[in-house]
Order: sequence, then structure tokens, then C-alpha cells
Amino acid sequence: MNSLTATAVGKRYRARWAVRDCGFAIPEGKVVALVGPNGAGKSTLLRMAAGLSRPTTGELKVFGTPVQGRIHPDVAFLAQERPLYHDLTVRELVRLCAAMNDRWSTERVREVLGLQAGVDHNAKVGSLSGGGRTQVAIALALGRLPRLLLLDEPLADLDPLARDETLRIIMTEVADRGTTVVMSSHLLSDLHEVCDHILLIDEGRVQVDGDIQEVLARHRILVGPAAGESTVEGTLISATRTERQSTLLLREAEPAPRGWASTEPDLESLVMGYLRASRERRNSAQHK
Amino acid sequence: MLTDVIEFRIDRRSGVSTYVQIIQQVKQAMRLGLLNPGDRLPSAREVVEATAINPNTVLKAYRELERDGLAQGRRGLGTFVTKSLSSEATTGDDAPLRQELSGWMDRAQQSGLVVEDVDALYVAVRDEHYPAEERS
Repeated sequence: MNSLTATAVGKRYRARWAVRDCGFAIPEGKVVALVGPNGAGKSTLLRMAAGLSRPTTGELKVFGTPVQGRIHPDVAFLAQERPLYHDLTVRELVRLCAAMNDRWSTERVREVLGLQAGVDHNAKVGSLSGGGRTQVAIALALGRLPRLLLLDEPLADLDPLARDETLRIIMTEVADRGTTVVMSSHLLSDLHEVCDHILLIDEGRVQVDGDIQEVLARHRILVGPAAGESTVEGTLISATRTERQSTLLLREAEPAPRGWASTEPDLESLVMGYLRASRERRNSAQHK
Repeated sequence: MLTDVIEFRIDRRSGVSTYVQIIQQVKQAMRLGLLNPGDRLPSAREVVEATAINPNTVLKAYRELERDGLAQGRRGLGTFVTKSLSSEATTGDDAPLRQELSGWMDRAQQSGLVVEDVDALYVAVRDEHYPAEERS
């Protein structure tokens, strides 16, 4: 079964489309990297999946049920702004969440908070650092015992140790409960060890969607003489060129011609290639 | 209570994908006789706790080992090694081939070769005997 599907989903704010004609299906149990530049529509998409914002067009479904203006009981969402009650202590906040959620495990929250070395349970939430608030918000999200965990920039304000702790907690959750995770991040180096599925969006549209190993295996980076570019066969995604040398990212490439070196891209160079291509398209559209 | 015999080291900078690293390390341990038929591989959860990688990656590596006939998953119990890759030739410090190689290394060291020279020589001779296109 698919945990999250989008069919022709669009979201318009006044004249601007933040998300446009998005379609994808995420199988259950995947750990998805949601990547794209600032303003690509990542947060808008996650907020719609969490039921906090309604799509202008199309439909999102969670485990087959249409998302309709409220959070699905099987979903937990970590919003980018980490909205928490600042005047409560961590302990009081946990008690409040227990009262607000039908399905809830205080034990699980305590367990997660216990694994996060830096969090003082008696501290006021407002006095915690940005990273501390993120850790508390993640513990509360896991307290809902979700089958689908949506995380908007979960690692952005964490120090290296907290980042490692957090990834360990999330990956253990996946190992124990088979939870599907969708997490957005700018930091590709954080994602490539933990994610097995990529959803790359830019300008509100899906550019790449699939199992990371399979996606990488379908692409090649070819390096060779600039003069010989016409001998290369495949779908050109993006290129960087010097006077003598061309570096090409290709999809479904034919075997490289003589004089060209061919390697499989890593996740970072793949994503960079797609983002560079879409920026070039945008720039040339503006100049017309 | 079953105890674990090996633990995985994931090199994030190596450029080799995580699941390939796991497969290579299992096979290496089997060749060296550190893993033998009947031994249980670490569970996905144990690997995740130690390395913070995706459990699906561990399971994917184990499935590939199963396809190669080297391991077998038993429901609720874990994944177990079913085959031996170690032989007299590779196991133990006193294996004849190992001793010969060790003698060769001694001579290389005495003639002033540095580690890069040794690696280059080894790879060149290995590729003469085991051409890349014939390897699986």
C-alpha cells in the first residue's frame, strides 16, 4: 500500500503557484528525501499532506484516505517553525499533548527524550535553544505513534551530536515499526545514508521520483573533450564546460564513446545537476 | 542468547554505497573465517543503533546475500550465514599462501618499497591473473 499519494496537486497563493501539478506515490516503509531549492514548494507540500493547508487543485491521500483539512490520525508532522507552547516546561507540554491526542504513548515520548542527552525536562520550552525545541518536537511527533512521519527540515538547527542522535532515533523507529518517513533538507550529506527514496521538486513540480539506487543507476556523469560532445548519446540533464572539457549529467546514457570517462553519479552531484538545469531554464525564460 | 560476531563500519566518504559496503564486509568476514554457517548476522535494529543508517539498506544487503545463497532469513529469528567462504588457503595466520605473501611483503619492505608501490604492484599482478572482465 502507498503511504502518501499526490494526484495533480497544486497550490496557488494569489498569482503564484507554489506547487503545481505534483503527482507521486510513496510506498509504505520508505524513507524519503524531499529535496529542492528554497521556495521549491517543499514546505507547502508537507503542510498539505499534514492537512494544515488545502490544495487549490488535485488531491493528496494518506494510506488511501483523502486528506481533508485535518491531520490524519496515522500522521505526525514536524513543522518548520516548531510551534510549541513556550511558557510550559517540557514535562507539562508532554502532559498537554497526552490530553490532546487520542492515540498517544507518553512512554514513547519519555524514551525518546531520554535518548536526547541535551534536553532538560524541567526547563521552560521558550528557554531551550532552537535545537532543543526541535528535539522536543520530534519526541512529541513520535508520541503519536505515527505510520507516516512528515519532517520539515528536522536537522537544520541541530549540532552534529544531536543530529546523529536524531537520525538514530528516527532510523530505529523505522526498524521497529516500519514507519514511512518523508523529510525535507538542504543538507544532502545528511540524507544519503538514511534515505532510500528521493523526491526532488523544483518550481513546484516533481523533477525526480524513485528509489535512490535505481535513480542513480539510470544516470551517468561523462567527462570528455568539449569538441566531441555530439558523439555522446542519452538525455542530457545538465552540463558544465571549460574550453577543452565537458562534464555531462545524462539519463539513460548509451555506453560512453572513446576518450570519455563514465561514472555513476552520487546523490549530491545528481541533485546539483537537476537544480542547475532548472535554474538555467528559469534564467533563460526570464530573458525572453 | 545469541551474541553478535561482527559489526559493520560504514565509511561515508568512500563513495561505495552503504549496502555494498555491508555485503563486502559480510563476505570478507566469511572468507576470513570470522563468520561461519549458523552464525547470526546483526539485526537491522542493532546495525541502526550502532551506525544510524537506514534499516531498509541493511535488509536490502541481507536479501542480496540470500539471493547469492550465502545467508538465509528465518522469520522472527534473524538472518543466518548458511555457507562457508573460508578455506585452508585464507584462514588463519599460518595458511601457506598467507605466509608466502607475508614473506614477499618482508622483501618488498627491505628493498625500500612504500605502501603505494606495494599496492600498485599487487593490483597490476592481480589484474594479469584475474582480468577485470572475468571477475563477477
